[in-house]
Amino acid sequence: MLVTALLIRGGRLIDPRNGVDGRRDVLLRDGAVAAVGEELLDLPAEVEVIDAAGRWVVPGLIDVHVHLREPGEEGKETVLSGSQAAVAGGFTAVVAMPNTRPPNDSPQVTELVLARARAAGLCRVYPAGAISKGLLGEELSEMGELRAAGCACFTDDGRPVMSASLMRRALLYARPLGVPVVAHEEDLTLSGHGVMNEGLTAARLGLLPLPRSAEVAMVARDLVLAQEVDGRLHLAHLSCAESVALVREAKKRGVRVTCEATPHHFTLTDEAVDGYKTSAKMNPPLRRAEDVAAVREGLADGTIDCIATDHAPHGPLEKEIEFDRAANGVVGLETAVPLALELARSGVLTPGRVVALLSDGPARAFGLPGGHLGEGAPADVAVIDPQAEWAVDAERFRSRCRNTPFHGRKVQGRVTHTVVGGRVVFAFEEAGR
Amino acid sequence: MAPRLAGLLAIEGMSKGQVELLLDRAGQLERGLDGPRPLAGRVVANLFFEDSTRTRSSFEIAAKRLGAEVLNWTTRGSSASKGETLLDTVRNIDAMGPQIIVMRHASSGSAAFAARHTRAPVINAGDGTHEHPSQALLDAFTLRKHLGALDGKRILVVGDILHSRVARSNLRCLTLLGAKVALCGPPTLVPKEMAALGAELFDDLDRALEGVDAVMMLRVQMERQQDAAFPTAREYGRRWGLTQARADRLPPGVKVMHPGPINRGVEIATQVADGPRSLILEQVHHGVAIRMAILEACS
Repeated sequence: MLVTALLIRGGRLIDPRNGVDGRRDVLLRDGAVAAVGEELLDLPAEVEVIDAAGRWVVPGLIDVHVHLREPGEEGKETVLSGSQAAVAGGFTAVVAMPNTRPPNDSPQVTELVLARARAAGLCRVYPAGAISKGLLGEELSEMGELRAAGCACFTDDGRPVMSASLMRRALLYARPLGVPVVAHEEDLTLSGHGVMNEGLTAARLGLLPLPRSAEVAMVARDLVLAQEVDGRLHLAHLSCAESVALVREAKKRGVRVTCEATPHHFTLTDEAVDGYKTSAKMNPPLRRAEDVAAVREGLADGTIDCIATDHAPHGPLEKEIEFDRAANGVVGLETAVPLALELARSGVLTPGRVVALLSDGPARAFGLPGGHLGEGAPADVAVIDPQAEWAVDAERFRSRCRNTPFHGRKVQGRVTHTVVGGRVVFAFEEAGR
Repeated sequence: MAPRLAGLLAIEGMSKGQVELLLDRAGQLERGLDGPRPLAGRVVANLFFEDSTRTRSSFEIAAKRLGAEVLNWTTRGSSASKGETLLDTVRNIDAMGPQIIVMRHASSGSAAFAARHTRAPVINAGDGTHEHPSQALLDAFTLRKHLGALDGKRILVVGDILHSRVARSNLRCLTLLGAKVALCGPPTLVPKEMAALGAELFDDLDRALEGVDAVMMLRVQMERQQDAAFPTAREYGRRWGLTQARADRLPPGVKVMHPGPINRGVEIATQVADGPRSLILEQVHHGVAIRMAILEACS
């Protein structure tokens, strides 16, 4: 039976864009928010009800940095399995990175990803197009064609745009397309053969160090370029205190820049690598305690606009090997909410700020629909039980991969329902799994 | 008393007592008190994924003196060169049931990785730029023989500290035994974090040499210099090499060591390497006794 109306009753609605934080009923109908009120009485005859008492009701979460691996590496993840992981994590929309095989540097690949997402029918998937043809960092991709096909931004993520000239042209050329150019900031001549953050742990373990300047110098360069050409720049996965400070200053100057931070970068330091844990190997690498503190401060004061997971699935062939040869990346979709809530419990962020960083912030940064639950907004909602205690169990991930440094971590806060377009696409069942 | 070990992956984590027991036992073994052959009829697997002559031969002789059969597995001609993963190689070796695995590999942490996937005790014979514990033990053994107790002794290690597993193991081992360790080399090759591990850091060799009891010269690893951490071997030799002139300025009792293989005329002058201060061949000699003690402790 097709239910056209859904009432989420009695939860604590946290909707930062509309300035709401309190007990509300939310009525969804025909794919949109139909009504929000303290106690909705005028209900349609046929209405499905979710009892949200004691829970948070928040705008569907948006992750602007996800690797879905399709096409080309379907053994690691597919649009379907990635979407299943996304909705289990409360995400109703994800931006899919273009470093697939082939990369998303043509409308054909964009259309394939969109077709797979429609077939999956779970979350909204916004493909990111490549900045450069083949992600080679040499020539601009057909950004106009990619935008027309549905790309939500441009990035060569996974690798930096080493040529300053190409980055400058990308920022200029993308300007009329109205979407951001997303930068993976890493000067490859500085990162060299480094495999973990430069510091005591690297010195102890005898792992070649990757200096923070590899990120910071490129952040500085791209802020200069964005300011000069009035480009729209988004910085992916910031990990260094100096990067956060540079963005803070640039925003004050009026540079059109937004940025994101990942749960692993605001939760862990490079000490997590001890024991040569490849599950804690990612790029940018985990940094010092000072950097974690600065990233948290940036999340709190608005310098950082969104929490994004950089969900990067890898299998045993890439991870159960020597540390220096292991692939970079961790999965993140199914652990983002409890890790973000740790910041609320420890007083780093208000609950409203946590929700904003996962919904309103990314929606604004990328100009995406949703991100709020005002009347008429898309009926994309996450319901969260903020008290539920559980232990992360990678074996239970919907993602095809288990590469997480958080396996076994005791966490609090669980997504109980995810609603996309008014349809319940995920409901947590205690005994069901 | 013979020490017992479940393997030897690193000096980090060892106690002073464990190290001293191994050194003492090596002393007995060196004097020919080996007696019974605890590895008779057992197989020691030498897994060398990286070139080595000295260390592999030394472990092989040590194992044979303890009565073991030695399997020499090198990358050339083995499945590793056909793309087999380290995990698969280790599982296969493990399935053959060796008593002990001795392993050399180019990746830091690889010995610990192997130890997680085999029942046999693993002895790290050098893992990437991490540790080379048997080298540090034989160095400590050699130093103790010449300097007596190492408490308060000043030992200088010179060269490419960043890429040196010998430096890391020696820093830990000598510090454990009470010595004061100084590190010296081009600033591009001496991580400042080594200070937090207890080392005094220098970039001027002549200053670093003041008051030392022994100096350990590291091999300039030209194969690891892809990032050109110093301009030329000639300049390196002038600034950080143990030249005859520098050696002549040292008090007579100061000893000179080198883990080998040496680059004559780069980090150490030929006359110094072959001169009266040099303990280089003695280090090699002691390597056998130390490795016997380690193998025995793991048997």
